[in-house]
Amino acid sequence: MAQTIAEKILSKHSGKNLYAGDLCIVPVDGCMATDTTAPLAIKSFKEMGGITVHDKNKFHLIIDHAAPAPNERIANLHNLMREFAAEQDSALYDIGSGICHQVMVDHQKVKPGDIFMGADSHTPTYGALNAFACGVGSTDLAAVMLTGKIWLKVPQSIKVILHGKKLQPGVSAKDLVLEVVKQLTISGATYQSVEYHGEAVAALSLSQRMVLCNMVAEMGAKTGIVSPEGLELPYEFTPTYADADAVYSRVIEIDAAAILPKIAIPNSPDNVHEVRAWVGTKISYAFIGTCTNGRLDDLQAAAAILKGKQIAKGVRMIIAPASKQVLIEGLKDGTIQTLIEAGATIINSGCGPCVGSHEGVPGDGESVISAANRNFKGRMGNPNAKIYLASPATVAISALMGEITEPITQ
Amino acid sequence: MPLAHVYGHNIDTDRIIPGKYTKTLDLTSLAAHVMEDLDPGFHQKFKVGDIIVAGDNFGCGSSREQAPIALKTAGVAVVIAHYFARIFFRNAINIGLPVLEIPNHTIQNGDQLHIDLSNGIVTNITQNISYNATKLPKVMLDIMEEGGLVNYLKKHKDYILA
Repeated sequence: MAQTIAEKILSKHSGKNLYAGDLCIVPVDGCMATDTTAPLAIKSFKEMGGITVHDKNKFHLIIDHAAPAPNERIANLHNLMREFAAEQDSALYDIGSGICHQVMVDHQKVKPGDIFMGADSHTPTYGALNAFACGVGSTDLAAVMLTGKIWLKVPQSIKVILHGKKLQPGVSAKDLVLEVVKQLTISGATYQSVEYHGEAVAALSLSQRMVLCNMVAEMGAKTGIVSPEGLELPYEFTPTYADADAVYSRVIEIDAAAILPKIAIPNSPDNVHEVRAWVGTKISYAFIGTCTNGRLDDLQAAAAILKGKQIAKGVRMIIAPASKQVLIEGLKDGTIQTLIEAGATIINSGCGPCVGSHEGVPGDGESVISAANRNFKGRMGNPNAKIYLASPATVAISALMGEITEPITQ
Repeated sequence: MPLAHVYGHNIDTDRIIPGKYTKTLDLTSLAAHVMEDLDPGFHQKFKVGDIIVAGDNFGCGSSREQAPIALKTAGVAVVIAHYFARIFFRNAINIGLPVLEIPNHTIQNGDQLHIDLSNGIVTNITQNISYNATKLPKVMLDIMEEGGLVNYLKKHKDYILA
């Protein structure tokens, strides 16, 4: 019987043909936890009777959510992670390494066809690599650390086809995924896999594919997977394609070539409109970074708009490169210098102000335009601020003008 | 008799416990901030043993296990929703917070409820009506019965599906 990509990857790992609705126990090819989730995972692992992790080469700890530590409590949790990694002789990516998801991809810790479990809700990002990746909580992760396995219900899949070759000027994968979030809503893909297909997807870089999979978390999905057409990687891999007659719970077709720049307005990522409907809304804080849009091409898109110019008076702009590798590349090609000269503040590679822990909490009544993935009330640490989500290009031009503005092609 | 505290659809984990409080192993400290940005008056009206009731997609957003832990340490006896976000649902069962999916419940704020967890039956005393919760896969029932995944794995050492 025909299978989706999720059904194929899970079947291959379990050794029997699985279809949506089946329960399975599968070996996990990699797992990771961050400073938000690792301390609890380590605690649960020890309470389960764990002494050594099942496979230290498949276990990664990343300090990214509040890095460097903003207070003594978090400093102690970071030390707990460092001690555990030393004890296990396993990988620890310390402050400055970057955001967990970017670090895993940069260091090739997840590959096409893998099953990966991350104790962070944006773990489906790795579906850009044609892998099956899920977010889990700390105790589920502890069980993976202990057993090397996880139990899963094989998800139904939603097929999203993005037609069209050429995107509109100023449009990137963020605008496309905001349209998908709008159509599916914040709960429309609950328990399901969002499988991306189409000409517009096949033309996207790995970085842009990561944007599409990152925000399946904002659709409630279990995972998101990109069909491998056009995927280019610096190593050989076996692609997993869906069968032509695979069964989907829903098929969504979008003319990507007709999509205009999008914005999610407060307080939900599915509250999506065209940027042009919100033009003129004053903003005082612009943020580019995160696992959604903190990669080199994102910073370059902002730099192209800001080169030789100054952000508006009364606006502060914060940029957090997604990883050390992104920061180094951006330094080499002059992107970082361009952004600093335009008035941006570069902060440490990591999650930065996205989760409201530190490094740029907005004040009462402020409006923030952000390239992140969530604008829930209180998300950036202050329930009295408003968060608008858009592409790096829209964030950059809005910082330049001091109000929400449509990006213009350079 | 426990009372229902009813909230709407898509209650995200940032509203259950803001991200700024999650980085701690002092899990009892989470209880003081539960529902803080959603319902600042929560602690005045909530009594230990009461029940949280919601609509669709309760617990969407981040994977933070601190969300069900905050509810549990605050004394929430059970959470009832039309359905839950998937990571929250697994997390709740893994840490021993009972959760019941009742797609057609008509529970109103302040209703008195009687919960029969083992049979998944909720009786609404105020409205004189009862509801059946969606059946869980056996592995989840087993984990819930052990009081969470830590106890389950301590006992079984591995997952058992059948």
